[in-house]
Amino acid sequence: MTTDGTIRVEHLSKSFGPVRAVDDLSFQVTPGRVTGFLGPNGAGKTTTLRMLLGLVRPTSGTATIGGLTYGQIHRPLRTVGAALEAASFHPGRTALDHLRLYTPQVGVPDTRAGEVLELVGLSAAARRRVGGFSLGMRQRLALATTLLGDPRVLLLDEPANGLDPEGIRWLRGFLRMLAAEGRTVLVSSHVLSEVEQTVDDVVIIARGRLAHASSLPDLARMARVRVRAVSPDAAGLATLVERASWTRTDAGDPRVAELWDVDAATVGAAAFAAGVELHELTSRDAGLEGLFLQLVGAVETAGVAA
Amino acid sequence: MRAALLTEYRKLVTTRLWWILLLCMAVYMAFLAAVLGWGITQGGGMAGPGPGGGEDDLVLAPDAVVRAVYTIAVTFGYVFPLLVGALAVASEFRHQTITPTLLAEPRRTLLLSAKLVSAGIVGLVYGIVGTLASVGAGAAVLTLLDQPTFLDQASTWRTIALSVLALALWAVVGVGFGSVLTNQVAVIVVVLAFTQFVEPVLRFVLALTSWGADVAAYLPGAAGEAVSGGSFYSETGVGSLLEWWQGALVLVAYGVGLAAIGRVTTFRRDIT
Repeated sequence: MTTDGTIRVEHLSKSFGPVRAVDDLSFQVTPGRVTGFLGPNGAGKTTTLRMLLGLVRPTSGTATIGGLTYGQIHRPLRTVGAALEAASFHPGRTALDHLRLYTPQVGVPDTRAGEVLELVGLSAAARRRVGGFSLGMRQRLALATTLLGDPRVLLLDEPANGLDPEGIRWLRGFLRMLAAEGRTVLVSSHVLSEVEQTVDDVVIIARGRLAHASSLPDLARMARVRVRAVSPDAAGLATLVERASWTRTDAGDPRVAELWDVDAATVGAAAFAAGVELHELTSRDAGLEGLFLQLVGAVETAGVAA
Repeated sequence: MRAALLTEYRKLVTTRLWWILLLCMAVYMAFLAAVLGWGITQGGGMAGPGPGGGEDDLVLAPDAVVRAVYTIAVTFGYVFPLLVGALAVASEFRHQTITPTLLAEPRRTLLLSAKLVSAGIVGLVYGIVGTLASVGAGAAVLTLLDQPTFLDQASTWRTIALSVLALALWAVVGVGFGSVLTNQVAVIVVVLAFTQFVEPVLRFVLALTSWGADVAAYLPGAAGEAVSGGSFYSETGVGSLLEWWQGALVLVAYGVGLAAIGRVTTFRRDIT
């Protein structure tokens, strides 16, 4: 491994006719970590990955891997393994034949094809035609293809699609292992919860623009806690909120208070001290998914305003 | 380039298409050669008992007969290597394998070159099988009918070898065509329509005009027949042909020219 496996996307833009699919996007992905590349469908994730892989020409900006564009990398499959769609197979080819197409170009012996099938747990289906594969098996075969060249950078587009819960658990462990070996692992997804337990870093985009990039713990710290308090005594509740100067959002009912940045214990203690009767007190942890939607929503409304 | 060639070769032989088409070609060519061998030699005899009775019919010199029969694959069977070449490109777009293909080899000109060369090699197989099927069936029928087979003459074997070359070049033309037209269904429809209908009609019509015959010789089908040095059409008087090497150059020009167009259109576009 000669080149550094850092992915750098700098001021990357791509327009398809009048549609700005990717808009001045910049972020960096570091080796040794699993990075989640997140955004709703149509946010520009796949287009960004395709620009990184030299399949789509950027309108402006650069996307490099270890300082090189994909086309500049010698024997690219040895440095970068990418799986873009689970459908990129000829249905009439067997899994083994599919992998053997690429072994000459990777520069590894044909036996490597059997090895990677073993790695992804597909050995039993090696001589079956891909046309009869389930989506989960195709995902595994796509992953096996990326591993042929033992690359230091892995780019996986929605790799959990079509996997059953057991498959997802397996994928998690597998990606963690790859990152632990010092590889750069970029995994795209349209739901944060799907990769929440796998990723170290997140890059969130919406409408082709960067919404957020940080480590997962840093993102988690941004999540605001919320408490829902219900009391038959609307006036007492209002006084309580006012005295503690909590942020309250209107729930449409004076007996219901949605309170921000305060936990249930604090609200409960204050209500008890003030003698306000509570019928309900719930922690409403919006969680990472809520935060994700909020971050995405912020970019999307900004886009509408602009 | 070696790796890209090996990859392209494996792509061609790891699906069922190649041997199904090859089998169809062998059976079809054997059938046509047998029918033609019987038809041409017996055509005169059917019209009347004497040699004079057949003068209005198709009467060819015996060596012209074998040329027409042995090269029947070049006249009617080139659609098979042409399709194999064209589908080598079009099926990549049909099944979206163009994405992993370009990930493995981002140099798009080199990729197309590897496809042209590998198709030429597989085309040789089609050429050998198609030609041998015609020669085998044709010679068997001629022998049964007590007609000379000319298989002991070097010129006959030269014709056979050139027939193989012509069919191999057709696969190269196919790659060029497939890189311009990447829709698999459209490829099949256009190839069948052009080879089975458009070009034969064009050649027939052009042959009626004074200037058209020269143009007709440069049509791909006529160029292919020129390579094998004679064909059913030319032996029966429909148009004239180029020299064999001119025909080969014209076919190569079609293949490389179309591939060049494909390189600046299909292969310049974003792969989404």
